[in-house]
Formats: sequence, C-alpha cells, structure tokens
Amino acid sequence: MCGIVGLFAKSPEVEERLGVHLVAMLAQMSDRGPDSAGVAVYRDPVAEGLAKLTVYSPHSGEDWRAVAAAIGGEVDSVRASHAVLVVPTDAADAEARVRAARDDLRVMSAGRVIEIYKDVGLPEVFAADFELHDLEGTHALGHTRMATESRVTTEGSHPFSTGLDLCLVHNGSLSNHNTLRRMLRREGIEFQTENDTEVAAGYLEWRLREGATLEQALEGCLEDLDGFYTFAVGTADGFAVLRDPIACKPAVLAETDDWVAMASEYHAIAVLPGADDARMWEPEPGVVYVWDRAVVA
Amino acid sequence: MSTTLEIEVVDLAVTPLRELNQRLHDVALNGDGPRRWRIVNPRGAHAVACGLDAELEVEIDGHVGYYCAGMNKLAAVRVRGNASTGIAENMMSGRVVVEGSVSQSAGATAHGGLLVVHGDAAARCGISMKGVDIVVGGSVGHLSAFMAQSGCLVVCGDAGDALGDSIYEARLYVRGAVAGLGADCIEKEMRDEHVAQVRGLLGQAGLEGVDPADFRRYGSARQLYNFTIDNAGAY
Repeated sequence: MCGIVGLFAKSPEVEERLGVHLVAMLAQMSDRGPDSAGVAVYRDPVAEGLAKLTVYSPHSGEDWRAVAAAIGGEVDSVRASHAVLVVPTDAADAEARVRAARDDLRVMSAGRVIEIYKDVGLPEVFAADFELHDLEGTHALGHTRMATESRVTTEGSHPFSTGLDLCLVHNGSLSNHNTLRRMLRREGIEFQTENDTEVAAGYLEWRLREGATLEQALEGCLEDLDGFYTFAVGTADGFAVLRDPIACKPAVLAETDDWVAMASEYHAIAVLPGADDARMWEPEPGVVYVWDRAVVA
Repeated sequence: MSTTLEIEVVDLAVTPLRELNQRLHDVALNGDGPRRWRIVNPRGAHAVACGLDAELEVEIDGHVGYYCAGMNKLAAVRVRGNASTGIAENMMSGRVVVEGSVSQSAGATAHGGLLVVHGDAAARCGISMKGVDIVVGGSVGHLSAFMAQSGCLVVCGDAGDALGDSIYEARLYVRGAVAGLGADCIEKEMRDEHVAQVRGLLGQAGLEGVDPADFRRYGSARQLYNFTIDNAGAY
C-alpha cells in the first residue's frame, strides 16, 4: 500500500498554515501506511551562495552545534532527530563536508529550499514529534509507508532526495530495482539502502544529471521501470505526478483558487478548506502532470 | 414507525460509519424502519451504504471512497458527488447513480441491477461484470469490461485501450472512439434490437439528448473462451 499526499499553496493563507494542512492530510493516510512517515516541505529559501541541508542523526541528543561548526555552517532549526543546517557553500560541497566530518549522519535533503523529515512510526506520532504543524511553506509532499520491498527504517522511509531541491515519494513496488541499482552504481549514483524507491529516485537523479528535463526523466520511468507506481516528485517550484500505465495504484487531484492537492485517496483532501467545491479529477495513467509557480500563479 | 415520506438524515461527521451501515442493514433484518435516507458529510469515507438488502432510497451528498453501495440488493443509491474505486462492486440488483465521476473498477463483478455514472469512469469499468447494466455518460478508461460475462456496458463518450479484453457474452456499446479492442473483442453489427436495447438503457438511466443510433456494438469473437481441439496442447 502506502499513502501519498501533496499540497501546493496558491494563497498566503494556505502558505501560513501549510504544516497544519499537511499534518491533517498525513493523518488521513495512516491506514495506508502505518509503519513510517515523511514529508518534504519547501520553505524559507536561503540566500544565493548558501546551502540548506536536512541532516538525520541516529543518536538522541545529537550536538548539532558541534556538527554545524565542523562543516563551517550554522544550525537553522532542530526537529526531533533531524536538523536544518545552513552552510555558506554550494549544496554538493556542503553534503561532502557532512560526509567527511561524520559518516554516521545522513543528509536527507540538500538545496536552497527543501527540508525533508522522516521516521518510523505512526504518521500522527511522527507529525507530533517533529512539530510539523508549525511549518509554513509554499508546497509540500508527504508519505505514509507500508513496507513491502525492504526494512522499516528511517533511511527506508520516504521522501527520497533525487538531487538538489528534488524529492520523490512512491506508492507501489518496483520489480527490476536490483538490476537498475547495479546499472546506476556504475554511473556513479550512490545508494544508502536496499529500497526500491531509492532506485527510482536514483534513476531520476541520473536522468536529470544527464540533461533530461523533469518531464523527460519521468517519461523515461515508463520505459525503464518495471512495477507499480504512483510517483509524486517535489521540485523547488512545485510538484509532478505520474502513474504507471496499468494504474493499479490510486491518485486523485483537486484544485481550488487557494490550493492544488493530490492524494492516494480523496478523504486526505477532504480535510482541506473548500474541498467540497474543489475541481477534482483522477490523473490519467502514463501521463506526467506538473504544477509549478510559473504555471499556477 | 416512520412513514415512507420521511427522510432519515445521517451526518457522517458525527455518526460512525459502522453505525450508519448497521442501521441500514437493520431495515432489511427487521422489516421496518426508515425507507428514505440522506447521508451528509461522507468526506471520502469507504464502504458507505454497503451490503444493503431492502428497497431503500439512499442519497449521499458529497464524495465517497471505495466500494460505496457494494453488494447492493434492491436499494436505490444516489451519490451527489464522485466515487472512488469499486462503486457498486458485486451489485445483485437495485440501482446506483453517481452524479459525478468514478474511479476504477466501477460495477466490478456485479450480477444485476443498473449502475449509472453521469461523468467519466476510470480504468476497468465493468471488469468481470456478470449481468449488471452499466451506463456511463462520459468516457471509460483502459481494460473496461475485462472478462465481462453478461450484461451491457453503454458508454456515451470514448473507451480506453483494451476494451473487452477476454470478454465472454456481455454487450458493449460505445458512442465515441475506442482506443483499442482487447483480445477476442470485435466490433459487431448494430441491428435494430441493439438500438432498442441502448434506447431502453439510456431511458432507464435518464440520459437525454443521446441518439442510440450513434452507438457501435462490440462483443466476443468467441475464439478465446471456447474449447478448441487444436489448442489441446495448451490447456
């Protein structure tokens, strides 16, 4: 199973209450994914020349100020086992500094806008532990996981980073992920888990690195990925949705003057203000849908 | 005791779903109780008005989740909104009307009754249908009427790929374009009796302004499901 939610704010009111809405949507998807949850929130961009990292530590009571000092950055905020660190360099270099300083830490996201938080446990508990309700932002993706392909761990939770300010959430399972992982490793893509979705994320990262647009990279999935999927991809400006051509995995989209939302099931959208009167539709199988600020504004 | 004119209103924002469904079932079990029901604030809940077995009229104001009116018998259920996966799945008799659109597997395996969708139906509409009649005002997605056994699927719009794949004896009528026919599904002659059948079903569905003569008929070539001695080695 697994549940996916996505919310894109079109009004300042929704931006201010993004966290509240996201938590409400996530809670509705608990039945589809009670073993882990995660979110990617796009908010509070750092200035040019700075990089924003979300870093996970497996140690409770991590000394984040020491970590920040070791990589020449500052602590922006701490939520449960994750911290947002701001480093005066580019994101790739900031990530490399974290790896060099502490190989037990995991960089969950890197870029200028994105923050990724994820953990094992019930979605409501996760949301409360990470105090997600107070997050403001322009858009967000969320995921509730019912693991099928790999272990239930923080690292195996979604969203997965697919490059700077990019992330992927997935409902479904992939059959050819071992073959693809071997191919992508030869191309220099690194993997941290045996998870199938991480391979899809690595695939997108590879295609984008090779010069594909996001649409082209997603269309490539239709050819190269074997399995079931509804994907939602977060970008600095918006999000994209793709369902496999067989379309076993559900997705519904809805739009009002104030927001665009997607979810595995409508009841996760029903909690949003004005949902009763939203324009609603089911995304066609095998078709890439993209929302971004340039299109929606 | 309620009269037939009274409407029992149930608000799913305050009443648990199981309580609602139990009350609807109790009418069949006890033989009395309200005959007309209005359900408000469904908010995408699954299994609303499932397993009804009495001549009830149930109106649902809003969008419903999975398997709404599943296994329906005798009751008339109307959804004033959209429905998710499996609306009226395994319906035995009665009537289910959706004023909006529906997700996949609408009317799956249904044995009887009438399912009307005013909007579009997604993939696998009428999959394995066993006698139900389905009338869709809009279009249907891919693999609709997959392994359909009997009954009619009437589509006023277009049909997606692999229509009627591995079909048995159901009749498929499509007014618009068919993206592709599935294995052993072929176009057949639209004779007067078929035009009359479409006219009758459109009338029952209350869809006006649609000319039954505009439809084309599809059904089984009967090459796949019959035993053929030449294929004995493959069985």
